[in-house]
Amino acid sequence: MSTTTLAPSPATPARVLKTFPRWAVMGFGGLFVMFLLSIAAEVADAPDLTSSGAFGAALRLAVPIGMAGLGGLYAERAGVVNIGLEGMMTMGTWMAGWAGWHWGPWAALVAGAIGGLMFGVLHALATVTFGVNHIVSGVAINILAVGVTRFLAEQLFTGEQGASASLSPPVSGDMPQFSVPLLSDLFGWLEDQDWFFISDVAGFLKGITTDLSWATVIAMVLFPITGYLLWRTAFGLRLRSCGERPSAADSLGVPVYRMKYVAVMISGSLAGFGGATLVLQAGQFREGQTANRGFLGLAALIFGNWRPGGVAAGAGLFGYADALQLRSDEAVRGLVLFGALALVSAALFFLWQRRTRTAAILGGLAVVAYLAYLNRPDWFWGAWLYESADSLTIDTRIVFMTPYLVTLLVLSFASQRLRMPAADGLVWRKGQVE
Amino acid sequence: MKRKLTYALAAPALAAVVSLAVGAVALLLAGHSPAEAYKAMWQYVDSLDSLVNVLNRTAWYYVAGVAVAIGFKMNLFNIGVDGQYRLAALLAAALGAALSDLPGFLIIICVLLCSMVVGGAYAAIPGLLKVKRGVNEVVSTIMLNSIATGITALLLARYLRDESVELVRTTEPLPEKAWLPTWEIGGAELQAWVFFAVAIGIGFYILLQRMRFGYDLRMSGQNPAAAKASGVDPNAMVLKTIILSGVVAGLIGMGPLLNEFHAFADQFPTTLGFTGISVALLGRNNPIGIAIGAFVFAFIERASQILNSVGVPQSIGRILQGTILIVAVIAFEVVKRYAAAAEVRDAAAKAQSRHDAAPALGATA
Repeated sequence: MSTTTLAPSPATPARVLKTFPRWAVMGFGGLFVMFLLSIAAEVADAPDLTSSGAFGAALRLAVPIGMAGLGGLYAERAGVVNIGLEGMMTMGTWMAGWAGWHWGPWAALVAGAIGGLMFGVLHALATVTFGVNHIVSGVAINILAVGVTRFLAEQLFTGEQGASASLSPPVSGDMPQFSVPLLSDLFGWLEDQDWFFISDVAGFLKGITTDLSWATVIAMVLFPITGYLLWRTAFGLRLRSCGERPSAADSLGVPVYRMKYVAVMISGSLAGFGGATLVLQAGQFREGQTANRGFLGLAALIFGNWRPGGVAAGAGLFGYADALQLRSDEAVRGLVLFGALALVSAALFFLWQRRTRTAAILGGLAVVAYLAYLNRPDWFWGAWLYESADSLTIDTRIVFMTPYLVTLLVLSFASQRLRMPAADGLVWRKGQVE
Repeated sequence: MKRKLTYALAAPALAAVVSLAVGAVALLLAGHSPAEAYKAMWQYVDSLDSLVNVLNRTAWYYVAGVAVAIGFKMNLFNIGVDGQYRLAALLAAALGAALSDLPGFLIIICVLLCSMVVGGAYAAIPGLLKVKRGVNEVVSTIMLNSIATGITALLLARYLRDESVELVRTTEPLPEKAWLPTWEIGGAELQAWVFFAVAIGIGFYILLQRMRFGYDLRMSGQNPAAAKASGVDPNAMVLKTIILSGVVAGLIGMGPLLNEFHAFADQFPTTLGFTGISVALLGRNNPIGIAIGAFVFAFIERASQILNSVGVPQSIGRILQGTILIVAVIAFEVVKRYAAAAEVRDAAAKAQSRHDAAPALGATA
């Protein structure tokens, strides 16, 4: 017997994690993050870190990024890289500003999606029909979109009341808001109890159930719908097959060109919809309103390993960082402390995996983050991170850079674990020899 | 040969016609007369001083185009040219002002070297991330562009700002002896940077066509497998190429700095890197092609400046630029495919005629 039994495989962390269902791992991960946040909120004395207000604001700010990321997901799952998300979003903001001014917020949402869709068609035409390099076409679309929106704004908004060449007149009417009955109040009550961890979790839940704009609700619902559509339907299987092995899909009768068109058009409309939500939040169109959010959506997509849940998490993280910056200095300091705690956890995780070098680097970064949190001006970097030596306000420009730095960090430590669709970004011609 | 030339000209011609048509439609829809707008634009640029101004801008865009094209030549998409040049321009400007005691030409040399080092170093980050960690350079350079925006704002506001200037955030100006000369021609100032740009273009040509490195670079772009088989180390190639691209990117801001603004301030031109991407794409990464692309963009920009005074939105120029770009990249692809198909057809016809000339083979058997 001893000779025939296979040696049990060593209990590597990856295997241990795989013995649990995915939802359990993700749920536990979410609770763990909340736990770290509660500690940070307590230690840094920054209740804003886990207040329902902060989470509500984070959700609002995450929606445009998430929509761009979700748009990227459709395109890239079908094998078309979409750097043009930013341009599609820009077109969405203009269309939403114009339609919102004339016909109100619902029209703004629809028009924004249509605006993105038009550039989506252009991107599909260039990349799918004509076989132009995806990056080249995307860059061209971004440049074209800036020109088109500027021209349209100059032409149609100049001289209107409350408007100028770079501002649309205000959107007429507000998008109605909505709170989940009972739950919202229950979570509110729990949050007010000030119990460690429980009140913090309640703050999160209240934030995502209270005073939601319908645009936000639609955006939230789109994530599970996308997951279902792409992974549980024949349409989704076909679409993803075009991004993995288009020739194989073609040989089985999948209309590859048509699927790619559909995917890129959905991609454009989602990015445009994201732009429209920006317009509704600001109440009007402003030139340069997207401010790189299309690119952040792309980052959330990669970050999230080309999956809807991952995109939501990435967008949520960016939105959260943004929201805290707008709220209070203590909150940003608390976030730095949270960063240190998260880095320590990640370092321990890698240590468990026997990747000591990675663990050491992350541990070092954790120390840096912790020292930054302490802000001792007498140390050698003085007040580099803060506005001045005796200030507790972290420099806004550093906060601005943080999401991009975090993305770079995640990419450089996790890029081997990320797996993009196999044929992503490749120009495919029907009948080509692989 | 003649056919090859036709193919080369077909795409740009198509792009020009389509973009003028799109511009005309946009103008018509907006209630303006396209004929009058185009006429005003033409009359405005049809003079010596306009030509000089266009040339000055062409030089800026050309350097940006070359920086981008170096990477594009081997399918390395250095989108980060924009961040690289802004960071380089800021640090070079600060250095130049700090060295104001040196003789002028030494300051200029130091400033140029500084910009090249900073641009190259900042471009090395995505290069290393790609080679060591497998991070896609498109994504990392997009992130680094935004990071560069943050770093430059931070450095300018807190460390390198000239405190004696109140309303504008600016570095201390370069001493006048370190300004590049300009010459008055037809009422406009021709900038010496134009000649630097020409030199950079010649260097680019020699590098690509006359040097081993350029050969490896082109081969890595066209056929990575063959390049690897012939002994080119792909990782080293990626790193060298992106750093070289960054070195040239550092120089982008030197035209505006040494010849026009003489300091890095809030109003320093900001999106030259993206213009560089446009003109590199228009020029197909070819030294002469990029020059033409840069000229077209500069020409449109200059010509559209007149439009406000005839009541037409100036941004029609942006639409023309964008449309030319997108139509050109599509048309290049179409022409390439058409040319390939024509070649196959020719070969088939030749084989057929040879077959027809010797029909007896089959009949006698």
